[in-house]
Amino acid sequence: MKVTINGKEQEVSGIKSVRDLLDHLGLDCSKVAVEVNSCVIKRDEYDQTAISHGDVVEIVRFVGGG
Amino acid sequence: MQDMLVIGERSFNSRLMVGTGKFSSPSTMKDALAASGAEIVTVALRRVELENPDDDILSHIDLGRYLLLPNTSGARDAEEAVRLARLARAAGCEPWVKLEVTPDPYYLLPDPVETLKAAEILVKDGFTVLPYINADPVLAKRLQEIGTATVMPLGAPIGTNRGVRTREQIEIIIEQATVPVVVDAGLGAPSHAAEAMEMGADAVLVNTAIAVSNDPPLMAMAFKKAVEAGREAYLAGIPEKSLRAQASSPLTGFLRE
Repeated sequence: MKVTINGKEQEVSGIKSVRDLLDHLGLDCSKVAVEVNSCVIKRDEYDQTAISHGDVVEIVRFVGGG
Repeated sequence: MQDMLVIGERSFNSRLMVGTGKFSSPSTMKDALAASGAEIVTVALRRVELENPDDDILSHIDLGRYLLLPNTSGARDAEEAVRLARLARAAGCEPWVKLEVTPDPYYLLPDPVETLKAAEILVKDGFTVLPYINADPVLAKRLQEIGTATVMPLGAPIGTNRGVRTREQIEIIIEQATVPVVVDAGLGAPSHAAEAMEMGADAVLVNTAIAVSNDPPLMAMAFKKAVEAGREAYLAGIPEKSLRAQASSPLTGFLRE
């Protein structure tokens, strides 16, 4: 299915949840924050939050800043 | 009695907040933060680079030692700022936020209308809000009335190192403030930080001047001392200026008559 991740449309398969997506991308769940369709997802809901075709996902992390 | 900085429900010994941007390396940043004595450090939030997930800045920041203050830099309006704040909270941060809404990339001046809008939403959503603003006393009052934990007026635009160019307005903000006033942005030298503290600011926030110096840990230590000196001078009571000389030595008993 096609999902937009950080502004880029990508084809992913076998992804059911946010947790699956982060694992697929090789990202550490404890180091990022995630939005699906402009909704912020709580970390303890990564397993229960579904990813569907056409979803717009933003994955951010902390960086240096003033 | 200790002269603590109280913001929201927390107390701090240090009145120097430090940003984590622009350092040449994570270890330099870590050393500079330690030298500064800061207890509050700011960070930003950006998209993960999926092709090249880089080093995690949090692995260089001891969360047992520092309170992480995420900023909403990059936000062009209230909606983006609120999203960023909520993302930071979801990433496991304490619900504190440096609210920064800067649509113009040339001067990075904060949008007062969007800042007030976002502040209202975030305060209601349970955040401890520290809003970055121009040195506008009326805006500062409005923000305090809706419950922000501080106001953070700029000395000069971000990264310009020009010092306290907004002095008179900041003086009014300090005079009228019911929450701590943190002079944030534009402080380019420890003397600028001392000036802000001598005026009665409760704290300052410095990033560029420390990060881009040739020796960030040394500069951080200099800023630490300047903030302490400025605060102590303010508490001691800085004498009034006068036009005429006021002799320091006695005016009698001279060797001549």
